[in-house]
Amino acid sequence: MGMTMTQKILAKHAGLDSVKAGQLIKVQLDLVLGNDITTPVAVKEFAKIGVDKVFDKDKVAIVPDHFTPNKDIKAAEQCKYIREFAHDKDITNYFEIGEMGIEHALIPEKGLVVPGDVVIGADSHTCTYGALGAFSTGIGSTDMAVGMATGETWLKVPTALKFVLTGKPSKWVSGKDVILHIIGMIGVDGALYKSMEFVGEGLKNLSMDDRLSMANMAIEAGGKNGIFLVDEKTIEYVKANSKKEYTIYQPDEDAEYEKVYEIDLSKIRPTVSFPHLPDNTRTIDQVGDIKIDQVVIGSCTNGRLEDLRVAAQILNGKKVAKGIRTIIFPATQKIYLQAMKEGLLEIFVNAGAVVSTPTCGPCLGGHMGILAKGERAVATTNRNFVGRMGHVESEVYLASPAVAATSALTGKISNPEKLEEIVCSQTASQAK
Amino acid sequence: MKAKGTVFKYGDNVDTDVIIPARYLNTSDPKELAKYCMEDIDANFVEKVKDGDIMVAGKNFGCGSSREHAPISIKVAGISCVIASTFARIFYRNAINIGLPILECDEAVQNIDAGDSVEINFNEGIIYNQTKGQSYKAEPFPEFIQEIMKADGLVKYTSNKIKAGE
Repeated sequence: MGMTMTQKILAKHAGLDSVKAGQLIKVQLDLVLGNDITTPVAVKEFAKIGVDKVFDKDKVAIVPDHFTPNKDIKAAEQCKYIREFAHDKDITNYFEIGEMGIEHALIPEKGLVVPGDVVIGADSHTCTYGALGAFSTGIGSTDMAVGMATGETWLKVPTALKFVLTGKPSKWVSGKDVILHIIGMIGVDGALYKSMEFVGEGLKNLSMDDRLSMANMAIEAGGKNGIFLVDEKTIEYVKANSKKEYTIYQPDEDAEYEKVYEIDLSKIRPTVSFPHLPDNTRTIDQVGDIKIDQVVIGSCTNGRLEDLRVAAQILNGKKVAKGIRTIIFPATQKIYLQAMKEGLLEIFVNAGAVVSTPTCGPCLGGHMGILAKGERAVATTNRNFVGRMGHVESEVYLASPAVAATSALTGKISNPEKLEEIVCSQTASQAK
Repeated sequence: MKAKGTVFKYGDNVDTDVIIPARYLNTSDPKELAKYCMEDIDANFVEKVKDGDIMVAGKNFGCGSSREHAPISIKVAGISCVIASTFARIFYRNAINIGLPILECDEAVQNIDAGDSVEINFNEGIIYNQTKGQSYKAEPFPEFIQEIMKADGLVKYTSNKIKAGE
């Protein structure tokens, strides 16, 4: 029996010729990651293991991104604690404010993950790096601690779902819409314990930013990992960002998949996840009249340069609707700087939006954009659970940067395809 | 190993944000975390729960964030075991790694109601519902995972291995 892409990577890292689904294996790790919420617990556990050093100081990454810039005294203490650990263990890849970014945007940008790697991270969205043809998955703090100490972790070899992508997405449809569509189709546990492998000729029509956004949300379908075939775009991205050696794995022709889904990208509509689960999706044509209070554009899902460019294209020369708090978060310092050079930040500020330093803040209801009781946000983030962005009676609607930016202009969830009509009606009402 | 207690029952897809909302994650102190356990799904849980009580829920329990604070808060709040139809995979790992007993048993979930008195024999995987006079058999864990559980979590398991020079 042949192996899937994921199975091949895992076999190699377990020192085995082959593995099969269900097998428990021990794998060598290329990178172990943590943030300012999960690392403090990992540091406490690390101290109990009985080793002095991390297994490889170049293969641990610590990124304080959730409650930073420190939101309160307790958060500051947590950051101080992990900063001291990073210093004490001489961790190469500790990224302080000023050089940091949202971890899952930062790590690929820094070239710390390349095709064929095995990565674990104490953050559920670690699955993002599957976009680069690596195996990467979220784990908890204790797994992070043991990973830092030993350079190994145990894994159950997953079965896989195959997504064969064809066609080209229409103008305002992005990777975010594709992944929301898929989650809506298979459910929040549709890929539980499984790999999601993305293949097909449609891949060439998805940018790296699209793919990172899609792999990022594999966890929202319960997936162990999401992984993309490596193509020219991947290689170009990796060569531009990394000096690490990479290995390209292809699935075997006779690899076994639990299910194969054919997805025609040209048929996907802009898609919105309604509260309170990511699989509660509707196409933009089905949303109805949903008034909003806040728009958030950013996060590890959609805070990359293309996301900001799309938002800027929509907001350019216009004003957000009166009273709609529009908060935009470039995901890393590099993205922030490039957005500044391209004039995107100026467009945002002129439109009446605010631009923040990189942080996970509002996505998880941490800081920088918390919702009050009864308030609604359209967000390009990844979760719309009860209370996710603030009060237990607030609501989050997940969408692409294009839908979010258009909604900021109207104050209700809106279709970017109707941008011209929206602009005309606003101009007309201003003229009255 | 046995557990016995009163059941708190929840539905499908209980996520880690409702188990321990992010607004409380600016600490990793287990006792502090336990004060807010289940706050966004069952506001009075912490007042009602007694040591040894049992949590029963539907499918995909613990979905969402990787925060180990979620199983920690449940364990320190006094829950002796979580029974669910299925667990989200990171929660499953985290529970085993920190020594929070969990069992997968859809039959138990279908038949147990909130407030039932339930006794669990972990060695045999038997869940006995005293209120209804029914027994259910949970899925056994793979041997390797049982070893981690016997060692009281992954850290002790690993440190034992390191001490033994493995």
